[in-house]
Amino acid sequence: MQYSLAALLRNALSGNTHWSPAWRDPQPKPSYDTIIIGGGGHGLATAYFLAKEHGITDVAVLEKAYIGSGNVGRNTTIIRSNYLLPGNTPFYEWSLKLWEGLEQDINFNAMVSQRGVLNLFHSDGQRDAFARRGNAMRLNGVDAELLGPNEVRRLHPLLDLDNPRFPVKGGLLQRRGGTVRHDAVAWGYARAADRRGVDIIQNCEVTGLRIESGRIIGVETTRGTIHAKRIGLAVAGNSSRLAAMAGMRLPIESHVLQAFVSEGVKPLIDQVVTFGAAHFYISQSDKGGLVFGGDIDGYNSYAQRGSLPIVEDVMSCALALFPSLGRLRYLRQWGGIMDMSMDGSPIIDRTPIEGLYLNAGWCYGGFKATPASGWCFAHTIATGQPHAFNAAYRLDRFASGHVIDEGGKGAVPNLH
Amino acid sequence: MRLTCPYCGSRGNDEFVYLGSADPVRPSHHDAPAEQWTAYVYERTNPAGAHRELWHHSFGCRSWLIVTRDTRTHEVLKTEPARDAAHTSSEVAVP
Ligand SMILES: Cc1cc2nc3c(=O)[nH]c(=O)nc-3n(C[C@H](O)[C@H](O)[C@H](O)COP(=O)(O)OP(=O)(O)OC[C@H]3O[C@@H](n4cnc5c(N)ncnc54)[C@H](O)[C@@H]3O)c2cc1C
Ligand SMILES: [Zn+2]
Repeated sequence: MQYSLAALLRNALSGNTHWSPAWRDPQPKPSYDTIIIGGGGHGLATAYFLAKEHGITDVAVLEKAYIGSGNVGRNTTIIRSNYLLPGNTPFYEWSLKLWEGLEQDINFNAMVSQRGVLNLFHSDGQRDAFARRGNAMRLNGVDAELLGPNEVRRLHPLLDLDNPRFPVKGGLLQRRGGTVRHDAVAWGYARAADRRGVDIIQNCEVTGLRIESGRIIGVETTRGTIHAKRIGLAVAGNSSRLAAMAGMRLPIESHVLQAFVSEGVKPLIDQVVTFGAAHFYISQSDKGGLVFGGDIDGYNSYAQRGSLPIVEDVMSCALALFPSLGRLRYLRQWGGIMDMSMDGSPIIDRTPIEGLYLNAGWCYGGFKATPASGWCFAHTIATGQPHAFNAAYRLDRFASGHVIDEGGKGAVPNLH
Repeated sequence: MRLTCPYCGSRGNDEFVYLGSADPVRPSHHDAPAEQWTAYVYERTNPAGAHRELWHHSFGCRSWLIVTRDTRTHEVLKTEPARDAAHTSSEVAVP
């Protein structure tokens, strides 16, 4: 047994230098049945489900840097399924169900914590919109509770409910929502996929796609040419760059989103709380640091760092909700590059190139989607057809007018 | 990041509002096929590198500018008034 009390003692006495790696570091083979480009959460989950659900184990995951270096290791770890529209609700609820069974499934402690996600509202109009959202969720079998200000006050005594500009009128609570340790998701899926025979190849950047008479036949990489008859793109913020290698232009812009962590303190905020008057959300990690973030910087970016106006904006949102946080110092801040789609919803679909599949457009909400995205993308690649759960996430919906306007802002581009 | 407005000089980027790529050209209202409209409204090149983009100096002189910026480093390569670009090229979309 690799992990046991005896192994723990033995390795502690030898300075923890003899643990064997949790997954192999194979050389790329000249060809595979299926290649997944991108070793983030979605790519690793896809490889895992290809092996587990469809028996396809001749699979390589090609990652240009190391596992977890992308958004899967940069997000604020929030999971939820509080969606309104028919194209979204079943998909995100399936994802939450997969989160609920994740640790048993992959035998890895990912610290899935269903502490609840509370979305605050600040006006009568917003209460109506949230009541409607909660009702739509319940009609779809998803849990939702509409709370008044007193119930919110009991849950979060530090909130400034009587803020004169944005008084808290209540909140929509999804108790099954919460947080998951993001790095553990990458590691857990990597190990589980590896054990089923998937090759995880790090430091292998895809530099070109080989296409012959409308069919994908392989990839050019920094470690040579690798052939495959099916290839899935799951490269998040780099989706447009990879698609351009196949001559495609996507309905996507890449933008940076920042996140912040404060010094560690005793338990202060038990749930995930979001501000309804501006873009801001906060939770507390198990180490005690407050983890929070807000808006994207707002202009195309491939630089994994943010700018100062957003720092100021996020901090003022934090203080508007929880004035007592003014005494805290923030320790760390970073950015990740996100694939912002034009209607704010993702794409899991085939492409006009035979054998080439696309998983993209996750905006700032793709972490919670990780298990279902992998599950649906694996289904789409293995069968050549989308599953009912991802049927609405079509690439051609922008041309056909079937955009998914979850935010309810109307059918205009740049909805993000 | 700071942008240098040709009229107002170097200013913090929070004085400006971003619209997006300056490259899409509005198709003809009379006979353009739907694919051209889809491309214009939704599809973007989204390059990692030099990007021509529209910024509005909203909290300054309120001019539209075309900024050419490297999206990997935020280095500004060129800034020009959008109206100048519109006069020298029929291929530029001015909102
Ligand atoms: C600050 C921040 C906070 C967020 N908070 C949340 C949240 O609370 N809840 C939520 O649901 N979502 C959140 N998100 C969004 C979420 O993190 C992403 O939508 C999701 O992680 C994207 O999928 P991924 O894990 O596969 O991406 P990534 O981990 O980015 O994986 C893509 C991988 O592709 C690799 N790659 C790129 N180009 C190539 C190439 N040419 N060859 C080989 N490999 C390549 C990259 O190196 C990368 O590892 C947040 C994002 C950020 C940045
Ligand atoms: Zn100006």
